Order: sequence, then structure tokens, then C-alpha cells
Amino acid sequence: MPKENTTSPSPTGDERTRKTSVLGRLLSRPDFGAIVALIVVWVFFAIVAFENNFVSMRSTAAILNAAAPLGILAIAVALLMIAGEFDLSIGSMVGFAGMILMVLVTSTSVGGFGLPLGISLLITLALSLLLGYFNGLLVVKTKLPSFIITLGTLFILRGLAIAIPRGRTNRTQLGGLDDVPGFELIDRLFGTEIQIAGGNFDIAILWMFGIGALASWFLSRTRVGNWVFGVGGDANAARNVGVPVDRLKIGLFMLTAFAGFLVALIFAVQFNGSDSLRGTQLEFRAIIAVVVGGTLLTGGYGSIIGAMLGAIIFSMVQQGIVITGIDADWFQVFLGGILVVAVVFNNFIRLQAMKR
Amino acid sequence: MATTEAPIYEIEHVSKYFGSVIALKDVSMFVRPGEVTCLLGDNGAGKSTLIKTLAGVYKPDEGENRFEGKRVDLDSPRDALELGIATVYQDLAMIPLMSIWRNFFLGSEPTRGVGPFRSFDVDLAKQVTRDEMAKMGIDIRDPDQPVGTLSGGERQSVAIARAVYFGAKVLILDEPTAALGVKQAGVVLKYIIQAKQRGIGVIFITHNPHHAYPVGEHFVILRRGQIFGDYAKDEVPLEQLVQMMAGGADLEVLSHELEEAAGSDPDLEAAARELRQESGASE
Repeated sequence: MPKENTTSPSPTGDERTRKTSVLGRLLSRPDFGAIVALIVVWVFFAIVAFENNFVSMRSTAAILNAAAPLGILAIAVALLMIAGEFDLSIGSMVGFAGMILMVLVTSTSVGGFGLPLGISLLITLALSLLLGYFNGLLVVKTKLPSFIITLGTLFILRGLAIAIPRGRTNRTQLGGLDDVPGFELIDRLFGTEIQIAGGNFDIAILWMFGIGALASWFLSRTRVGNWVFGVGGDANAARNVGVPVDRLKIGLFMLTAFAGFLVALIFAVQFNGSDSLRGTQLEFRAIIAVVVGGTLLTGGYGSIIGAMLGAIIFSMVQQGIVITGIDADWFQVFLGGILVVAVVFNNFIRLQAMKR
Repeated sequence: MATTEAPIYEIEHVSKYFGSVIALKDVSMFVRPGEVTCLLGDNGAGKSTLIKTLAGVYKPDEGENRFEGKRVDLDSPRDALELGIATVYQDLAMIPLMSIWRNFFLGSEPTRGVGPFRSFDVDLAKQVTRDEMAKMGIDIRDPDQPVGTLSGGERQSVAIARAVYFGAKVLILDEPTAALGVKQAGVVLKYIIQAKQRGIGVIFITHNPHHAYPVGEHFVILRRGQIFGDYAKDEVPLEQLVQMMAGGADLEVLSHELEEAAGSDPDLEAAARELRQESGASE
């Protein structure tokens, strides 16, 4: 029941439109839980780790730097999850794309292909998109849960990320990207650090916010964005009104693969090379970020802003534990706790929203 | 009541088989613009198959669909939709977690802007949703409400309003009143009449003759995959319709069974009496 009644007609002219309270409006946002969680976690560490300078540009930079690659993945994962599907292979995709890129650019004298950077990037990108396409195609054609299909791809890609470079170069770590002609450009694009008041902020943070803004607009303000909600809410109902369900899902799998490629590139520039094990468990971290951000595991409901906030919360806990000086062994305990609390809280919020 | 206007949508001598099962056998029916043809049948009568044949989900094995007098081959529901044949399914109509306006325009979103900046015209969508619902006499408080917060009748009404707005000439309603309470069913029946008055041909599928009779012009009774009867309203009183629909004999048997089971229970006895009356059997 409304707590207040409108005395004057609202601008839209419908006298039956009641004003919902500010709290009601907030509660109906899928990312409301994440906003609260962000504040709670920040305040907690601000108090507990105040003496260790948690409230500083330096630690803020550390938090955001760690959040950026995770956030980029989480944005794509959120879109896919809202459409009702999972991609567990993105962590492996990060390792795979990074290693493929390095094998392609590494000189032939050590077993690489010695290709120019531009061509190597294009090949890596094309391969990543193709793998995303196959993930999507398998899911829509077999109608099997994407959870199981992409769990398979998780192992296949990780295996390839180890086997291909080892087979050719006998190594699982390849460095020396900065020796490749053209490195300056990608370094400027993906590796720049911006100094603000003593904190070194990675340019990847800008990528995360830029991509997040674009994805948020796409989801809430475009036709295809509306389809994403529809497909995740009820794929049959969406199909009945003419939404190209299969094409949309395949497209979103390609998008998560693209996010994996982009993060692989960022890591390759930041670490000046790749490691076969890079990105291990990133798929779970991204899913945690997305779920903490208020997106339903079952699809049809969620938020891009929430996914980014989820990534920031995740790395805030990670950094907070390091800065506080708590034994890092406890990190996973914290993380699991936050996940469970977030899911329970979001479920409660959603029930409230449906009662509105 | 009888009009001479030509049917807008009809099927002629349609049969549909699934392996050795004969789902439909030589079924013909039609609907005229501005009229309601009620398709009545008990569970298992072949209603679902017939709906799907009308909606373009199934292609008939024999016979044909005719729209505005011309033969049409429907390969998908999309084909039917493009002709203006809209189907509102009982439970697949709406997505509960999405807001009313997002549901209303799902698949047919209005856009503004050009090229990569073309965006979903959200303000227009909200306004149209509110206006269209008002035209049907439905007062939605807030188009941002998730459809899940609406009652079953309201959901059906939104789906009907949507079909009407997107230019449906023929509206196929699959048991829109089945899961509803008396009052809610009344609301939906009101919108069926509204749609009819706007010149739409409505095919109203139901197993409840009491819902069909007040709104229908034609009554087609389907039993065991075949047309059992096809009547104009002035040819058949409600009582006869009820009796034919379930099959008078079946009801009579049921009333006997109930009587036996009743023993001294006055409620069950009353129910048995009622059934016997409806079956048309003499006391």
C-alpha cells in the first residue's frame, strides 16, 4: 500500500499513478544490494584498516586496478546471464587468447610464428570470436545447459593454452611483448598508468567504465537490449513475439569471448607477456561479481552497473585483506561469505520489488 | 446476429497426424471480422493442435488455411503475425520479471535516432502502453511495474491490448479465462468484446461454455479431433451447448458415479443433481 498519495496529478497526467517512495524506487533497482554492499565493505575496511592507509589514493588505485579486468569480464558475463546463459570458459579464454597472441608474435628462432603484431592481434581476435560462436552454437543447437557446454570449453581452452605453446616453444610462459614493433601503441591504449595524487591508476579502469556505460545503454535503451531481458525471462515467450533467440544468444557468447580477448590483451601488455595459467578461476570471480551486482542466475533480471560494482567489491575485499594484514588464507572465506549474503539479500530485494 | 460478411480467417478440411495418432480429422472453421468464434472442447479434444495449426506453429497434413479468402501457407508464427493473425497463449504471453512497457513492445520496439545511435524510444513506449491499456479500459498505475505483480486477468488483458495495438486482424485466444476467478474472467470477456467492436475477428478457445456464450457469435465444438457441431448463436441455447460440449451421456454417467460416492453427503448429492440437470437427463 502506498504510504503517500499524490494530491496533484503527475506530469504524465494519470491521477492513478502513485508516487512510489524514494526507498521503494531504490529497492526496485537490481543493483541496490551492490550499492549497499559497496558502502558496507568500504566502511568496514576504512575502520579496520584505517591505520594501514586503506583510505588513500594508493589503495583506491590498487582496488580499481584489480577490479578493471574483472569488471570488463563481468559486464559481458552479466549480459549473457541476463539472457539466461553461462559462460564458464572466459577464464580459460583469457589464458588461451594471451598465449595464442604470444606464440604468434614470438620469433621463429624459439618456436613462435614471428608474425607482425597487427596480424597476430587480428588472428587472436578472430579465433576468440569463433570459439565464442561455437560455444553459442552448441548451446542453442543442443539445447543443453550452457553450464555444462562451457565447462567443457573451460578445460579444452585451458588445455590448449598449455599444450600449444609448450608444443611449439617448450614453455608455458612467453615474455618480451615489448620487443615487438608496434608495442608502443597497444601499451598506450592498454598499459598506460595515470598518476593522480600519489595513486597509479591503470587505463584499464577507463576501459571498464567506458564499456560498462556502453553496455548499460545497450541493455536498457536499445531494442536488442530489451530482447536480452526477454530471452532470459522466458525464451519461448520471446520467440513467440519474433525475437531471434538463437542469434542473440550466439552473439552474446561471442561478446563474452571478446571480453576474454580484451582482458588477455590488457594482461599481456601489463605483464609484458602471457602465462598459460593466466585467468584461472576468473570465470568464477566474474560470475560472483555479476551475482553480487544483483543479476539473477536464472536470467531475465540484472544490471551492468551492478556487475561493475560487484567487481569493485570483490577487489576491495581482496585488497582490504592484504592491507589489513589479515592472513590472505582467509580471503576465500570472506569471498564465499559475501557471495552467500549477496544472493540472499538480492533474493529478498527482488521479492520486495515484485510486491511493489 | 448472422452477417453476410466474408470470413477473414478460416481453415478448411484440415487434418493433422502425429505418427499413428489422428489429432485432427477434417476440421473446418471460420471467423468473420468483428465477430467471436468460440472453439469449445474438453481436455484432449484436439484444441491445442488446432490452435497451433491456426497460429502457424503446425502445418496441416491435409486441408488449408485461408486468410481474407486466399490460401496461405504458414511456415511459422512469424508468418501468421505478419498477416495480422496474433495468438495469445495461456501462459506464454508475458514475462513476469519485465516491466509492462518492456513486455508490451518486446519484439516490436519503437526506435529513434539513426545508425549505431538508434535507441529504444522508452518514453514513447511507456506512453503508448498507458494509452492503449486505457483504450481497453484498463487502468495501469505504473508501466514500470513488473508484469509479475499483475493479476492473471490483467496479464491476459495486456497481451490482448498488445496484439490489438500491433494491428491484429485476427486474435486467437488460448483459454484466456481458464485459470481466472469469476471477476477476473469477466474482465477478460469485456476485452474480448472490446476487440470485437474494433472490427477484429476473435477465435476464443475455452472449455467453459458459460464464458463463451455471452461473447460469441459462432460456436464450434471439437470432440476427439473432429468437429462435433458448428452453430450460430441463435441456433443453440446455452443449456444445449453445455450438454453437447461435454457430451450429455458422459455427464449422466458422472452424475450417477457422484451419487453413488455421495452416500449421505448433501453437497455431493447436490452436485450430482446439478450434473444430471446439465446433462439433460430426465429426473
